[in-house]
Amino acid sequence: MSLSSPLRQVLGAGPARSGVHHWWLQRLTSLALVPLSVWLLVSLLALPALDHLTVRAWLAHGWTALLMILLVLLAAWHSQLGLQVIIEDYLHQSGPRWLLLVLTRFANVLLAAAGVFAVLRVAVTAAA
Amino acid sequence: MLSRPLSPHLTVYKFKYTLATSILNRFTGIALSAAFVLLVYWLMAVAAGTSSQERAQHLLSLPLMRLVWLSVLFAFCYHLCAGVRHLVWDTGHGLERTQSQRSAWWVVIASVLLTVLLAVALLHLGRAP
Repeated sequence: MSLSSPLRQVLGAGPARSGVHHWWLQRLTSLALVPLSVWLLVSLLALPALDHLTVRAWLAHGWTALLMILLVLLAAWHSQLGLQVIIEDYLHQSGPRWLLLVLTRFANVLLAAAGVFAVLRVAVTAAA
Repeated sequence: MLSRPLSPHLTVYKFKYTLATSILNRFTGIALSAAFVLLVYWLMAVAAGTSSQERAQHLLSLPLMRLVWLSVLFAFCYHLCAGVRHLVWDTGHGLERTQSQRSAWWVVIASVLLTVLLAVALLHLGRAP
C-alpha cells in the first residue's frame, strides 16, 4: 500500500479533463480559419496593386479590418495550440520544454497584439 | 513528470506514406506559424507608413523570398487540405484503413494542384516577387 495521499497520486498524472478543451479549441479555430485564410488569400490576389494607398484603403475598410482582426487572433491561437502539442510530444527534457512552451506563448500573444494594433491603427487613422 | 511511456511512440511503427502525410501536417503547421510572423510584420509596416511598407515589401520580395513564398504557399494548401481531412475524421467518417489511405493521396494531389494553380495565378498577376 502506498503511503502518499490519493491526491498526491493523481496530481500531474493526466490532463484532468483539460485535454478535451485543448482539442476542441484546436478544431474550432481550424474551422474558423478555413474561410478566413481563403478570404485573405483571395482578397490579396484581387487587389489591383500592393502600393501603400491601395493596401491602406483595403485594410481600413470596415469588413476587411474586422475579418483581419479575427484572422490574426484565431491564427495566433491556433498556432499556439499546435506548437504547444508539438513541443509537448517531442521535447521530454523538462527545462528546454518549459522554456520553449513559455516562449511560444509569449510570441503568439505578442503577434496577436501587434497584428490587432496594426489593423486598428490603419482603420482608426483612416476614419479620423 | 511521471516516468511512464509517453506517446507518440515514433520508433514502433513501420513506415507508411500515411505516416508521412501525418507528420507533414505538423511541419507545414510550423511553417505557417513562421509565415504568420511575416504577415504581422507586413501589417505593422503598412500601419507605420509609406516608407516602412516599401522597405518591408522590398525585403519580402528579395530573390531568396521566392523560395520562401513558394514553401509558404504549399504549406498553406497542404495544411488546409489535411486540416479538412482531420475535421472530416472528427465527425467519425473516413477512419477505415482503406479510406484514410485514399484520402491521404487526395490531400497530396489536391494540395500540389492548388499550389501550382496559385503560383501560376501569382505569376500571371505579376505578384510573384
